[in-house]
Amino acid sequence: MSDIADRVKKIVVEHLSVEEDKVTEAASFIDDLGADSLDTVELVMAFEEEFGIEIPDDAAETIQTFGDAVKFITEAS
Amino acid sequence: MFDLTGKCALVTGASGGIGGSIAKALHGAGATVGLSGTRTEPLEALAAELGERAFVLPCNLSDADAVNALPKQAAEAMGSVDILVNNAGITRDNLFMRMSEDEWQSVIDVNLTSTFRLCKGVMRGMMKSRWGRIVNISSIVGATGNPGQGNYAAAKAGMIGMSKSLAYEVASRGITVNAVAPGFIATAMTDKLNDDQKSGIMGQIPAGRMGSPEEIAAAVLYLSSNEASYTTGATLHVNGGMAML
Repeated sequence: MSDIADRVKKIVVEHLSVEEDKVTEAASFIDDLGADSLDTVELVMAFEEEFGIEIPDDAAETIQTFGDAVKFITEAS
Repeated sequence: MFDLTGKCALVTGASGGIGGSIAKALHGAGATVGLSGTRTEPLEALAAELGERAFVLPCNLSDADAVNALPKQAAEAMGSVDILVNNAGITRDNLFMRMSEDEWQSVIDVNLTSTFRLCKGVMRGMMKSRWGRIVNISSIVGATGNPGQGNYAAAKAGMIGMSKSLAYEVASRGITVNAVAPGFIATAMTDKLNDDQKSGIMGQIPAGRMGSPEEIAAAVLYLSSNEASYTTGATLHVNGGMAML
């Protein structure tokens, strides 16, 4: 697993208090990992800080799963 | 009670009567205060009076870019923004049938849209620290209406609805959003009324007098405190009984 995926996973595990093995490629933050809509906003904020990138609101809306997040961040950084 | 030591508060309209009193009350409880307003001179004078823990942050609230930049400037000056008091407001009264688009829009922009922008701008820091207090200064007029103030009443009622919506969203993060609705308070804004208007109003106030800016500041101090942590989405009417809502 790439370094980016590891770092994203760490943030997700910490923020949503979920087991690491639940955070799979297709895991949806809201449907599978118990996030509410505000959690997803906070996750995006945490990604921005961890990776020093800006995630605009319209892009943030497309980040629904762990895989989406890793893909977006890999492309952006 | 009401110890704000270590908290940083941004107060808009701090050059005015109510805003100045709010800044003094928060500062007196130990908070660091960011004094915002359009006129630098009275802000500088207030900062000098307060001494330490006071920063002057001039901002024209009708300038969108300046408003969006203000939360960052405040956080850089003070370290954070833990408490936001949206107090600044303008009036441009006119009979509804004579009210121009410009009179309408400028009052909505300064009183309501700038409040939206500032709330949004401070939210990230408050979310991260899991603590925040937003107090929006509305008006009795937002609840009761007032002839000649269709624009002002709309903006002030809008602040209440906005506060409640935001309060829902961020309550789980330790952030409260409340409104204070002053009645008739002795300030430059109400000085503009003539004697007939004043005596007419006085007859409608059970307390029989105008309120003081300090009486509004006391309500803001409470809502900014740790003690008010379970109070959110509320509107505290401070009006001498003029409208018991």
